[in-house]
Amino acid sequence: MALIHDALVQLAQLLLMLALAPLLTGYIRKVKAYLLRRQGPPLLQPYRDLLKLLRKEAVLADNASWVFRTAPYLIFATTLIAAALVPTFATGLLFSPAADLIAIVALLGTARFALALAGLDVGTSFGGIGASREMMIASLAEPAMLMIVFTLSLLAGSTQLSSVAVFVQGPTIGLRVSLAMALVALIMVAIAENSRIPVDNPATHLELTMIHEAMILEYSGRHLAVIEVAASLKLLLYFSLIACMFLPWGIASANGDLAAFAIGLVSYVTKLAMGGFLLAVFETATAKMRVFRVSDFLGAALMLGLLATLLLFVSQAA
Amino acid sequence: MKTLRDILEEGQVMAQHRPWPRAVVGEDSWQQAIRLLQEEQCTLLGLWGENEVVHLALIDAQGKEPAILSFECEDGSFPSIGRAHAPAIRLERALRDLSGLDPEGLTDARAWLDHGKWPVDHPLGQARPAEAKRKPKPYAFLPAEGESLHEIPVGPVHAGIIEPGHFRFSASGETIVRLEERLGYVHKGIESLLARQTIERAALLAGRVSGDSTVAYALAFARAIEAAYGAEVPVRALWLRALMGELERLANHFGDIGAICNDAAFAMLHAHCGLLREQVLRTADSCFGHRLMMDRVVPGGVRADLPREGARMIGGLLAQVRDSFPELMEMYDNTASLKDRTVGTGLLSAKLARQFGAGGCVGRASGRAFDARRTPGYPPYDQLEFEVPVLEAGDVNARIWIRKREIEQSLVMIEQILRELPSGPVCAALSMQPGAGEGVALVEGFRGDILAWVSTAADGRIARCHLRDPSWFQWPLLEAAIEGNIVADFPLCNKSFNCSYSGHDL
Repeated sequence: MALIHDALVQLAQLLLMLALAPLLTGYIRKVKAYLLRRQGPPLLQPYRDLLKLLRKEAVLADNASWVFRTAPYLIFATTLIAAALVPTFATGLLFSPAADLIAIVALLGTARFALALAGLDVGTSFGGIGASREMMIASLAEPAMLMIVFTLSLLAGSTQLSSVAVFVQGPTIGLRVSLAMALVALIMVAIAENSRIPVDNPATHLELTMIHEAMILEYSGRHLAVIEVAASLKLLLYFSLIACMFLPWGIASANGDLAAFAIGLVSYVTKLAMGGFLLAVFETATAKMRVFRVSDFLGAALMLGLLATLLLFVSQAA
Repeated sequence: MKTLRDILEEGQVMAQHRPWPRAVVGEDSWQQAIRLLQEEQCTLLGLWGENEVVHLALIDAQGKEPAILSFECEDGSFPSIGRAHAPAIRLERALRDLSGLDPEGLTDARAWLDHGKWPVDHPLGQARPAEAKRKPKPYAFLPAEGESLHEIPVGPVHAGIIEPGHFRFSASGETIVRLEERLGYVHKGIESLLARQTIERAALLAGRVSGDSTVAYALAFARAIEAAYGAEVPVRALWLRALMGELERLANHFGDIGAICNDAAFAMLHAHCGLLREQVLRTADSCFGHRLMMDRVVPGGVRADLPREGARMIGGLLAQVRDSFPELMEMYDNTASLKDRTVGTGLLSAKLARQFGAGGCVGRASGRAFDARRTPGYPPYDQLEFEVPVLEAGDVNARIWIRKREIEQSLVMIEQILRELPSGPVCAALSMQPGAGEGVALVEGFRGDILAWVSTAADGRIARCHLRDPSWFQWPLLEAAIEGNIVADFPLCNKSFNCSYSGHDL
């Protein structure tokens, strides 16, 4: 019985993530449009775009190999699994024992690897540029992410997300400098990982400045649709991750009743709306940085993560 | 060392050419002129062919005494200027494609505008049908050699909706070692179309060379025709032309500042500048009946007078701009992330700007103070009070600031025009003159100085008309400015130059 219950909750959360992901993208676009005094596309436009893409024929470059054809599904699958591991409105999900922060980092790393390979596969110069820039970013973003994971796991005594969430909600936590540093570092990593301004511009049409878009320039039809969903999912994943680790209030526990789940859901959506709004404001107020400044930006995130970990050691020793 | 004046005196001065002197010169004088260009005593304004004659327009370093030298090609060739003076290279390659006259000694044998897809060879010279189904030859880009260099071909079709042009980057990692442009994709054959047209139709065509500077082109053409005819233009028409010209400058500079910021992903300024541009265009629409004021300037005057409430509407526009524009520039100045992208990016040296005679914002941001409104100048700018802003920095930031300062100057000028606009008729009929005439004009568009040269036939139709866009001398400089920058900064530099594809490809 408990297993079915857990499975249902897990399934609900998986579907919720899938359903919400394009909406979040649409919502951020809408807020950005409002900030620029434009009306902007409707909230549901990303869904329509996906439907349109799914109906279209997928055009393949002559020299595209199986890597190019399979990569979209691999990217989508790994991102979806990673997203399923992050507690959204309830902790203690069926996958909780596997919901390890390091596993999530590894899954996202796999997706990125597949995307970079696909970018290189067709042999266009833009794909190559995009892949090389993406890898430069990854080489800094991943260690920074691991540092953040270490900080949290040192504090909570576990790399399991559910435990972290419960720990942060608990009474023993208090105000910690390390946590603040980890939060800032995680936000910086999230911006870089999701190709947002100032690292990349998701709305650009300038081939030469693209990172994420450059790698998927050759994709069309269902392949592109799947990649777009994966990108939206990844953004939602990072939002959920930040919400679950640093703002876990309102999140339902595993054996909660319907009311607890409802509260969890409402608080989750509120957190997303606030986060999306802040991201839109930040993106509107910042210009994109030079490609080589990205290493400074992510270097700062890495250092913050490292400092957060070190501070913990120092404070525990004292 | 001979001066330009000496060369003119030695040549055979053509009386029918106005307002600048034109002289047919021999090979010696031609070589002297090349030396003048080489030693920067003179700046190249244009180079074009008419039947078997090559015309060279130049202006002395002070920008006061323009002149045209003509060389008669006896065996279909003329001594190359580009061999000694790089700014002429592309002009000569285009001249060879269009007129079939061979620049003797030019090492670059590649075609420029002719991509091997025209139905005729040398459409402006002795046209002959192109060989049937000849295969376009692959274009040999200049090689860049070195370890781990890679090539990035971009365009002519781009991801965004912009004009077509091909850019070939040789990069070492992200750093650009060499950029080579290939243009000519939007060649429309306007100069062929202009030949044998009536003046009225030719004026329409001239206004369509580059849509964003339609007023400046129409004005350049009209002034050249009026010079050829020796026609007087009503004073009110002159002032209205200046009003339209400054409105066009405002609209384009707003658009450019916004677009440059947008290329650094700062959409906020793009949105606000877009708003200002739109207001200028709407005001132009309500005052002159066309958003871009296309076909409003005609030989003899202007087609549309300013309506009675026009002064009030433009006054309202100025108030709005004065109200919001300084805030926008303050935002630009205070956004560190944006300035980080623009300051020091795409440096263009003053030396190159001077050598190429770069006009407009590109030249003025690199210390070249040339402005055709001031020197050689044309009415009513001699009665308007304005400054020509000049900066020395030569980077993207400087090109933004020049635009900002020019907007301020344009606002002041428009205010003065509204205050002192003379009354009277706005158009005078061109009096037909017997015989052929030739006229030339240099007009300051928002990109820089536009050269228009016409020769009319005895029946009053156009015999040959040449229009030279300022971009001819700016495109090559973009190649120089981008060197050593990173690939991802190219769109930013390109936008800060904002050269015309259409005006260049003609």
